[in-house]
Amino acid sequence: MNKDADTVKKVFTCIVCPRGCEVTATLDKGGDILSIEGNFCPRGETYVRNELTHPMRQLTTTVKIDGGIYSRLPVILSGEIPKERMMDVMEAVSDVKVTSPIKRGDVIVADVCGLNVDVIASRSM
Amino acid sequence: MITRELVIIGGGSAGIAAAIAAYNKGCRDILLIEKDPELGGILLQCIHNGFGLHRFGEELAGPAYAEKWTDMLGSTAVEVKCSTTVIHLTGDRHITYVNPEEGYVTIEAKAVILAVGCRERSRGAIATPGYRPSGVWTAGTAQKYLNIQGYMVGKKVFILGSGDIGLIMARRMTLEGARVLGVAEIMPYSNGLPRNIKQCLDDFDIPLYLSHTVTDIRGKDRLSGITISKVDENLTPIPGTELDFDVDTLLMSVGLIPDTTLFDEAHISLNRKTKGAVVDEHMMTDVPGIFACGNGLHVHDLVDFVSMEGEEAGNGAVAFLRDELKPADRLSLSPGEGVSYVLPMYICPENMEEKTEIKLRVTGVMRDVSLVLKSGDKKIAEQKKLKIQPSEMEKLIVKRDDLAGLKGELVLSVAKA
Repeated sequence: MNKDADTVKKVFTCIVCPRGCEVTATLDKGGDILSIEGNFCPRGETYVRNELTHPMRQLTTTVKIDGGIYSRLPVILSGEIPKERMMDVMEAVSDVKVTSPIKRGDVIVADVCGLNVDVIASRSM
Repeated sequence: MITRELVIIGGGSAGIAAAIAAYNKGCRDILLIEKDPELGGILLQCIHNGFGLHRFGEELAGPAYAEKWTDMLGSTAVEVKCSTTVIHLTGDRHITYVNPEEGYVTIEAKAVILAVGCRERSRGAIATPGYRPSGVWTAGTAQKYLNIQGYMVGKKVFILGSGDIGLIMARRMTLEGARVLGVAEIMPYSNGLPRNIKQCLDDFDIPLYLSHTVTDIRGKDRLSGITISKVDENLTPIPGTELDFDVDTLLMSVGLIPDTTLFDEAHISLNRKTKGAVVDEHMMTDVPGIFACGNGLHVHDLVDFVSMEGEEAGNGAVAFLRDELKPADRLSLSPGEGVSYVLPMYICPENMEEKTEIKLRVTGVMRDVSLVLKSGDKKIAEQKKLKIQPSEMEKLIVKRDDLAGLKGELVLSVAKA
C-alpha cells in the first residue's frame, strides 16, 4: 500500500517574520501532525501548529488622540489574539480616545475583549 | 556662508542611521535636515508590525522602530532641523533650505548624504485608460490619510498592484470596515512579501488576480467602477477577459522610485534600473563627497536594511572627510543573467573594508540556484539560494582579498545549482 495515500500535505507561508518560509505539514488521515518541514526557525513550527488548530494574529490600528502632533495614535497588541476575534477588537477600540502625552508602551485598553492582551501605544505622542 | 562638516538630507530610517554612524565614528559637526515636523519618515504611517527583526530581534510597529532610532539619535549631539525643506544641492555641496524660522538659507557642507526616500508611481506613470474621477489614490497616500489623520478614503475598494503597501492597505481598509473586492497584479507573480499575501489577502478572502491589470476607470465625479483584464505574456490586455467591479475607490500600489529631485542640479549620475544614484562601495555617488542611501538610492523591502545602508553611507562620509578614500583603480559591477540590478555599481578594492555586501534583485522567481560573481571566467564568490524572487532583495558578500589584482568588470548572475 502506498504510504503517501494515507497522508495529507499542507503548505503554509509562515507569517512570523518577513523571511516568509514555505512550511509543509504532513498530516495523517485523522488530522494529526506527522511532520513539519521547511521552517528556518522554531517559531515557524509553532506558527503552523497554531494555523492547524487555532490561528493567532497580531493586530495594529489607531485610536483617537487629543493634543497630539496628529489626530491618531497608532496602537498594537501586547500579544496575538485568535484570528476570528480581530473584528471584535477593532470594534472595542473604535470609540477609544486618549489625551496627549502618551508614552510608547502605555496601556491604552487593558485586557481587551477579555482576551488577556492589552492594546498598547506604538509611539509616544 | 556657514560651512558644516556633514549635512544629511532626510530624517527617515536611512538618514537617522547615517547620522548616528557618522557620530559614532567621531564626526562632531553633523546637521540632519527633515522636511516633516518630526523625524521618522515613512515609518510613521506604517503602523503595522514586522519592523526591526534583524536590528532589534523583535517585531515592532513602524512608529516604534522610528522612535527607537530617534531616541538613539537624541543621545548624540547631532543637530536636527525639522520642517525644513532642501530645495537646491549643487555639485560643490552648497545646500539651500527653507523653513519658517530662518527663511531661505544657503550653507556649504564638506560631505553630504542624501537620504531622501522614494515616491510612489501614480496612475499617470502607468497610463491607465478611463475617466479621471476622484477616488483614485496611491496606496501610500491613502495610508497616510487613514493612519495619521484618521480619514477613510472609501468604502468599496479595488487595489491595483500587489506591492507590500497595496497588500497592507487591503487588510487595513478591511479592518476599518471597507470592502476590498480584489487586488490585480500585471505580473504572473506578486511583488509583495509572501507573508503579506497570506496575512493581508488570504486571511480576509480577498482575491488576487495575477496577470491582470486595470483597463477601464469609470465615474464622472466619484469613481463608480473599474474593469480589469487578463494580460498575455507581453503584458497586453486580452480582449474578452474583462471583469467589472463596482467600487468607489481604486488604490494604486504600482511601484516606488527613488526621489531624485535634488540629484540633477548636482549632476549625480543615475542608474537606469534602480532609478537612483550610481554609487561605489562607500555609497558615494560619482560626485565626490555626496553620498546616497536608503529608499532614495534604491527601493528596499525591509527597513532594517535601509538602516544598515544608512550606516554604510555615514561611515563612508566620515572616511571621505578624513581623506581615507584614495583615488585608485576600481572595478565595475554589472548585472548578468537573471539579475535586474546590483549595488554598488563600483568597488574599489583598495578603499573597501575587509568585506562588502553586494545587494541585488533578480528578474523572476527561481528555485535551487546560485548567485555567482565572476571576473571574466573566474569565479570570485558564490552563494546557494533555495528560492529567490524579485520582491526580496538578496545579498552576496565579497571579500577584499578575493578582489586583489582584478581589473575591469565583475558580473553577478544567477546560475542553476
